[in-house]
Amino acid sequence: MSPSRLYRDQGVVLRTIRLGEADRIVTLVTPGHGKVRAVAKGVRKTKSRFGSRLEPISHVNLLMYEGRELDIVTQAETLDHFRTIREDLDRMGRAQSLLEAVDQVAQERELSARLYSMLVGALRSLAARDAPLLMGAFFWKLLSSEGAHPLLDHCATCGAPEDLVAFDLVEGGALCRACRRGVPVTPEALALLRRVLGGGLAAALEEPAGPVVAEVEQLATRSLEHHLERRLRTLHVLDRSR
Amino acid sequence: MYAGPVQGLIDELGRLPGVGPKSAQRIAFHLLKLSKEDAQRLSAAINEVKERVSFCRRCFNVAEVAAEGDGDALCELCGDARRDATVVCVVEEPRDIVAVEKTQEFSGRYHVLQGAINPIEGVGPDQLRVRELLSRIEGEGITEVILCTNPNIEGEATAMYLARLLSPLGVKTTRIASGLPVGGDLEYADELTLGRALSGRREVEG
Repeated sequence: MSPSRLYRDQGVVLRTIRLGEADRIVTLVTPGHGKVRAVAKGVRKTKSRFGSRLEPISHVNLLMYEGRELDIVTQAETLDHFRTIREDLDRMGRAQSLLEAVDQVAQERELSARLYSMLVGALRSLAARDAPLLMGAFFWKLLSSEGAHPLLDHCATCGAPEDLVAFDLVEGGALCRACRRGVPVTPEALALLRRVLGGGLAAALEEPAGPVVAEVEQLATRSLEHHLERRLRTLHVLDRSR
Repeated sequence: MYAGPVQGLIDELGRLPGVGPKSAQRIAFHLLKLSKEDAQRLSAAINEVKERVSFCRRCFNVAEVAAEGDGDALCELCGDARRDATVVCVVEEPRDIVAVEKTQEFSGRYHVLQGAINPIEGVGPDQLRVRELLSRIEGEGITEVILCTNPNIEGEATAMYLARLLSPLGVKTTRIASGLPVGGDLEYADELTLGRALSGRREVEG
């Protein structure tokens, strides 16, 4: 094992799949190596030294061995296990949706320090408080960082600055009454969305649950699903179970 | 690549979990070398399991069908009158029943969910035997449900989901404890497990 192929990084576990008798393939998002898929050997045994450290949501310090397709996790140390998220079904559902969205957006081996820090920030915030707007706001921030920042101040078609009444997923922005297409949107939701994307995120997260927050979240989900060209499975499975 | 029947066998073996094309080839050639009696015993065992084993109508454990055409089998555990019918232990898979039985600590009945909630894979409560569990609670006079799903994210989500469904029914719902494996070293324990072991500590009688 040549030392140059060992590397250190931090990561958040996005998902795991079973491999063979007692192993798992762990998908992580890291700041230095992008999205990484690695084998965690023996992790399903009760006496595994990894224990809960490589379960989804866990934020860990890693020592990894670089392989051709899959890396190998040689050591993992917990930075945060987000116990409050794990012990609350609703938060856990939301956390899994955040993880799924990041898993879909992140590319393997492509540097993603921003994506990583956004996810860690969102998980910390979710662990501290179950803000109703958190998931919607995260999806919007994710879209914005992917280059799909929505046009909110002017009509995306004709440029009119007022009377914005609809949101078009294809155009990626608000539309005026004359050009309207797509989903109807209230001025309150547009205002909240501007706050989320315009530097007022912390204050916007204080917003209590209500129709406006629900509208922003729904629009976020539809926009993200449109951008990813697929449905977010976690959302729809948990919706049905509520 | 090989003569028809051999390739057919390799293809079939290659569909088994964890068996790749090379292993399938190796197993196929091993089977070719076997004596006819050995090979027939294997094929008879496969046939028998398909014909004589189904899922228990009550708990969804694997169960032996007594007579041909009898699809409504009860498993050995459900058919055993000595077991406590008021306590039910909920597990993900039939093999978990074997693990619990080996402890010799439990004498109630079981309920196999046949999986766990896994939102990322699109597995929700509708794909599991949740409705069947709820109907058992009322129908069988169950007073305690032990949630014995795996202590990983899917199992925990399933346990929390079931706890939420069961609480209005007024049945006592418990979750198996998390802690350190006997024979392990404390210093290697992960923080979550050790944390739970501490919060679930119990008084020692001197």
